[in-house]
Amino acid sequence: MSQALSSTKVQAGTTEARWIRRSLIGLALVFMFLFLVLPLAAVFTEALRKGLDAYLQALKEPDAWSAIRLTLVTAAVAVPLNLVFGVAAAWAIAKYEFKGKSLLTTLVDLPFSVSPVVAGLVYVLMFGAQGWFGPWLQANDIKIVFAVPGIILATVFVTFPFIARELIPLMQAQGNDEEQAAIVLGATGWQTFWRVTLPNIKWGLLYGVILCNARAMGEFGAVSVVSGHIRGQTNTMPLHVEILYNEYQSVAAFAVASLLALLALVTLAIKSFIEWQHEQELKASANTPPERPHPQHPS
Amino acid sequence: MTALPIAASAPRRAPARVLPGFNLTLGFTLLYLSLIVLIPLSALFFKTFTLSGDQFWAAVTGPRVMASYRLTFGASLIAALVNVVFGLLVAWVLVRYDFFGKKIVDALVDLPFALPTAVAGISLTALLAGNGWVGQYLEPLGIQLAFNPNGVVIALIFIGLPFVVRTVQPVLEDAEKELEEAATCLGATRWQTFSRVIFPTIAPALLTGFAMAFARAIGEYGSVIFIAGNMPMVSEITPLIIIGKLEQYDYAGATAVALVMLVVSFILLLVINGLQTWQRRRSGATS
Repeated sequence: MSQALSSTKVQAGTTEARWIRRSLIGLALVFMFLFLVLPLAAVFTEALRKGLDAYLQALKEPDAWSAIRLTLVTAAVAVPLNLVFGVAAAWAIAKYEFKGKSLLTTLVDLPFSVSPVVAGLVYVLMFGAQGWFGPWLQANDIKIVFAVPGIILATVFVTFPFIARELIPLMQAQGNDEEQAAIVLGATGWQTFWRVTLPNIKWGLLYGVILCNARAMGEFGAVSVVSGHIRGQTNTMPLHVEILYNEYQSVAAFAVASLLALLALVTLAIKSFIEWQHEQELKASANTPPERPHPQHPS
Repeated sequence: MTALPIAASAPRRAPARVLPGFNLTLGFTLLYLSLIVLIPLSALFFKTFTLSGDQFWAAVTGPRVMASYRLTFGASLIAALVNVVFGLLVAWVLVRYDFFGKKIVDALVDLPFALPTAVAGISLTALLAGNGWVGQYLEPLGIQLAFNPNGVVIALIFIGLPFVVRTVQPVLEDAEKELEEAATCLGATRWQTFSRVIFPTIAPALLTGFAMAFARAIGEYGSVIFIAGNMPMVSEITPLIIIGKLEQYDYAGATAVALVMLVVSFILLLVINGLQTWQRRRSGATS
């Protein structure tokens, strides 16, 4: 009886009075509503302000289509590149000890803290008309800046750390034991990677890929510097949104923006699914320690 | 002296022999890192060297540039502080309480990561402009949140929110309830328990989140330029100064300002790394 008494007392001691709880929840929800839900809702309402027809009309524009196509192409190149890099970097950093490892890890994170505008600028300095390779590129008639390759390079830069950053802590937590066992049992390096490592990191990998993809499709600052804003040629979706908005074509701007907002919602849904899936797997395998590698977020 | 490194490296090398692929993966990592990040960033330094010291100083301390530093750093600081308060609140509510729709709220926290910044920019502007959903009620009261520095702060709050929530949340989840129980048993009020037991545990994470939100806010461009109004000396952020100089073909001037930003973000990156190490050591020591 005394135990029951003390446990209720302790219970009361480790949480707050009901009115405090309710007001804290209320305050948090109001803040979330004002700063997250309202802007999201505004995108779709503004896009549909003049009805569904105007909305669809705006999306059928050839310039909108070419922006969508360029965005897809950019992501289709940038994400696989950074995927290969992310896996290689995570393998080297998580599986081995070597000198300068923490410096390397910091350098991998560097693009996150560089302003997107600065990221775009460095490629202009390299490949622009007055840049290092400018004269040579001009002589050979190759366009990088103010053309598609520059857009892809800038996107690769800003999305550089996403996948590596998800995988490094995950692979470090998992250690080398399973891989070493596979090698000792006669598996080749590739077999070990495909059959042992990959199944262990698949959710973290997928998580990194969808975040990388969302950023690749939505990048604005860096791409804006290197794009040159040629309509129908070097405009990605976010740049197209800007142009339409500055031309006071509000409905069209928000229509294209609504596609990007949908992409964001799909990304969040997949992310929640991955986290749910991961929890299920942890519950299923009881002998795995119940650590939850809460995926780290980009900074 | 010569024997030491060999003795130290012998046990370290052992696992490297078992797992293949070290040279391949590290080599590729270094090559890709150099091509995409290091060599392009070094271009920034070399371009700056084409300026004399005086020219550099004039480029990075012009009155319009100085005004943009004040705005960028001031607004980023205010936004990061607001995010510390509300980020802690949201993380606390998500970890400690149960309520309807909690899962959705939790997922929504990441919206600023997933939503392209340009979309956030035009949508916040549409809300806060004089004829917007929110702006129309504020304007009669004399409150203007768009097209001035207020708008910059609001856009930066939006961008920075997930950083604080997502760094504090896991630490709060791992915090041991036994400590709180002990504090209560020893006669502490709930507020004393929070301020003396819980807060010290989450303080490193809170500081890390603050630094991350601040660092992100300083470089932010897409969400800010739509809502800021971009008036010189008043609501022009530093990244926009760089763009402006580029558009006037003042490459050296743009590079000089960019170098200042790069150095600031590099310092912040080192600070954040230090904070994370501190946080890891803290949580390692308590568990």
